[in-house]
Amino acid sequence: MSLVFEQVSARFGRTEVLHEVSLEVPDGSIVGLVGESGSGKSTLARTAVGLVPVSGGRILVDGVPAGRRSGARSEARSGVQMVFQDPYSSLDPRMSIGESIAEAIAGRPSRGERTSEVARLLDLVHLDPGRAGQRPGSLSGGQRQRVALARALAGRPTVLIADEITSALDASVQGAVLNLVREMQRELGLSMLFISHNLAVVRYVADTVAVMSEGRIVEHGPAADVLERPTHDYTRTLLAAVPGGAPHPLTKETR
Amino acid sequence: MRALRTPVGAVGATLLGLVLLVAVLAPLILGDRATAVDTDDLLAGPSAEHWFGTDNLGRDLFLRTVVATRLSITLALAATGIAVLAGLLLGSLPWLLGPRLGRPVTALVNILVAFPGLLLVLCLATVFGVGARGAVLAIGFAGAPTFARLCQTLIAGVGSRDYVAAARIAGVGRVRILLRHVLPNIGEPLIVNATIAAGGALLAFAGLSFLGLGVQAPAYDWGRLMQDGLAGIYVHPLAALAPGIAVVIAGLAFNLTGEAIAGALGVTPAVGPRAWSVPVRTAAPEMPAPAEETVLDVRDLAVSFPGPSAPATPVRGVSFSLRAGESVGIVGESGSGKSLTALAIAQLVEEPGHVAGGVTFCGTHLQDGGDHDDLLGTSMAVVFQDPMTSLNPAMRVGPQLAEVSRFHQGLGRREALARAVDRLRAVRLRDPERAAHAYPFELSGGMRQRAMIGMGLMGTPRLIIADEPTTALDVTVQKQVLALLATVRREHGTAILLISHDVSVIGEVCDRVLVMYAGRIVEEVAAADLRDGARHPYTRALVAAVPSMTTPLDEPLATIPGQPVDPAAVPPGCAYAARCPLATDQCLTEEPVLVDGVACWRAGEPLPSELEKEARV
Repeated sequence: MSLVFEQVSARFGRTEVLHEVSLEVPDGSIVGLVGESGSGKSTLARTAVGLVPVSGGRILVDGVPAGRRSGARSEARSGVQMVFQDPYSSLDPRMSIGESIAEAIAGRPSRGERTSEVARLLDLVHLDPGRAGQRPGSLSGGQRQRVALARALAGRPTVLIADEITSALDASVQGAVLNLVREMQRELGLSMLFISHNLAVVRYVADTVAVMSEGRIVEHGPAADVLERPTHDYTRTLLAAVPGGAPHPLTKETR
Repeated sequence: MRALRTPVGAVGATLLGLVLLVAVLAPLILGDRATAVDTDDLLAGPSAEHWFGTDNLGRDLFLRTVVATRLSITLALAATGIAVLAGLLLGSLPWLLGPRLGRPVTALVNILVAFPGLLLVLCLATVFGVGARGAVLAIGFAGAPTFARLCQTLIAGVGSRDYVAAARIAGVGRVRILLRHVLPNIGEPLIVNATIAAGGALLAFAGLSFLGLGVQAPAYDWGRLMQDGLAGIYVHPLAALAPGIAVVIAGLAFNLTGEAIAGALGVTPAVGPRAWSVPVRTAAPEMPAPAEETVLDVRDLAVSFPGPSAPATPVRGVSFSLRAGESVGIVGESGSGKSLTALAIAQLVEEPGHVAGGVTFCGTHLQDGGDHDDLLGTSMAVVFQDPMTSLNPAMRVGPQLAEVSRFHQGLGRREALARAVDRLRAVRLRDPERAAHAYPFELSGGMRQRAMIGMGLMGTPRLIIADEPTTALDVTVQKQVLALLATVRREHGTAILLISHDVSVIGEVCDRVLVMYAGRIVEEVAAADLRDGARHPYTRALVAAVPSMTTPLDEPLATIPGQPVDPAAVPPGCAYAARCPLATDQCLTEEPVLVDGVACWRAGEPLPSELEKEARV
């Protein structure tokens, strides 16, 4: 149930945006991926689900190569699902939330199975199953993000990728979604790649933290080590910039 | 249906309904009389019996024009149908085929669009052969490239949305995604354009028939009738003009309806309860003379917007003041009214928004109806969240900054530009000369935000209002921008009003924090006390909900149950009561006012979660 990036490179046109990135998301753990915009975090996530083709290296899901094939169906079988940043563009406004979730259910379930599975998933993310018929327009941002999470879980993923899933949410809602993420991981034993630019959020959910800069992983280790005893200069810079101050005073200042 | 309420929509829909009704009924009722030959009355002028006269077989031209409606409309609609279908097919091919195979299709569509439409119609009409069927095909296929281009653009827009990506990850095939996700979401603009195109097709058809390439006798449409009438245009002008008028009316009907639908689709209808009336004060309240060093004094500020049945007031009775060099933060969730408060202070609330209450800036009452542009332009600076949209993308950064000084300080072009470069240096942009010559898109997000602050520094601002200035920026850049604001404040004694949803950002920069909920200030607290000394249950919940670098990892984060209040349906009593664990009957009925820095009946009482935590320790 693990996700392994082996020296993965990706390019947009002539620009290489990922340089031989190697990263492992071990079974049942949450790996936090931090870095600034343009560092390649999201691109790495998108290679794992086949939205961005890799130009070198390979991605293994449970030891089986995935992602390089461009056929849409192959990714479904690979068991990697993704939750996106913007809950306002990740749900089809023309579809009821129940339909959106049902679409992602693996296999060919009967109508009755689909309805009960949608109800189960909505209940899992603490939404009233009776709302399955509603359109996303009548839901708040936090509720939409729950639906997006339920849709990702519908594919019975072994690995879940969460790309900045709380950065578009209000503070009070962010807490609830983070609690839900931790709860899902504990109950379902999901492996998760949790991408965020917010170090405090990553610290709260992740077991290990990988720091990305300019298309490379510059530091990766247990969350407490990376965030309290960073070894790479870039990690120190990031930590020093956290508003409210880092847990430990850092000598290096940013300019 | 909202489209019908506009004058354009009402006229268009009525016309269209009339035209369609005639198209259906006329041939049934008048069909026989319109083909009745009367050899006694050939080529007659208008008379009481034949309103538009008769043709060379003595047939009544008025009746023929009316009866021709059905064929004209049917043919136009058929041609439009072909154009839309062919366009849709051609337009969705690039998406279905993927980027590599799709490129030649896109190129083909580009070439076809560049080809003159009329030429294409005439060319195709001769290819498909003279007659109604050939003309339908010709006009339909000639219209296809335009629709193909439209569909391509619309599909590309929807195709880049995350829900399409999610469907792809879920393993849904491209054809299925196209049918389920893409087409339903491009339907509206497509229908609007099809309606307008139907008007065009009608005209094109009349043209082809007029040239003899369209409908052939004994069948007749408006174009055919025009051609027949042309011979006698100087004797009986009405014979040729009447079908022309019919074309104009039907064409207008289609176009106006399409326009009205397009206009209506741009707006989402507002729904929800509106059971709340606003006391909108028009007269400015009595303004107590502000203290000497007060830069900004806001008294009883309210902003309201008209709603379907009653106005909504997202900002209600906000009062506070800023001293010179002071830094005050406003924190709150989306919809709390914090940004609107900032806009109201900067006099940027646009119609139909209504601002009530008093704003005194540097001793000048801003709502006395006078022109305060120079004061606002030089002494107040506003920095918004997204510097990409607040800078003019088509103008270089330097001249854009220089404009401020040229307008408000009367500097010449060269002097103003020199000052702009100097100000860009002041906000510590590396290589300010080059930045001044750059377009906004050539700068990074952090550099753009610095340039925006630099624009504020073109004058000598007494106040900088920064509305989520760092939300779109990375943490390291955020730190730099916040440090820059602090420097400006220190060096120029500028007061800063910082609006943010991020409690930790506010804590970093501000002396005082105003917490807003449902359009009111519910607590005013020193920034240092925000984390431990806040008394309002909402403030405490908001602070606890945000993980910091010291949050204990073994406990769930605090959450605030329920939903924020809809500004159009603010309940009586405390707006937070429904979500508050401390709420009593009093909270539900009586609205607490801001006393001693907090607006809460049960301020400072321990929350259940806090008691729990204490019990555990």
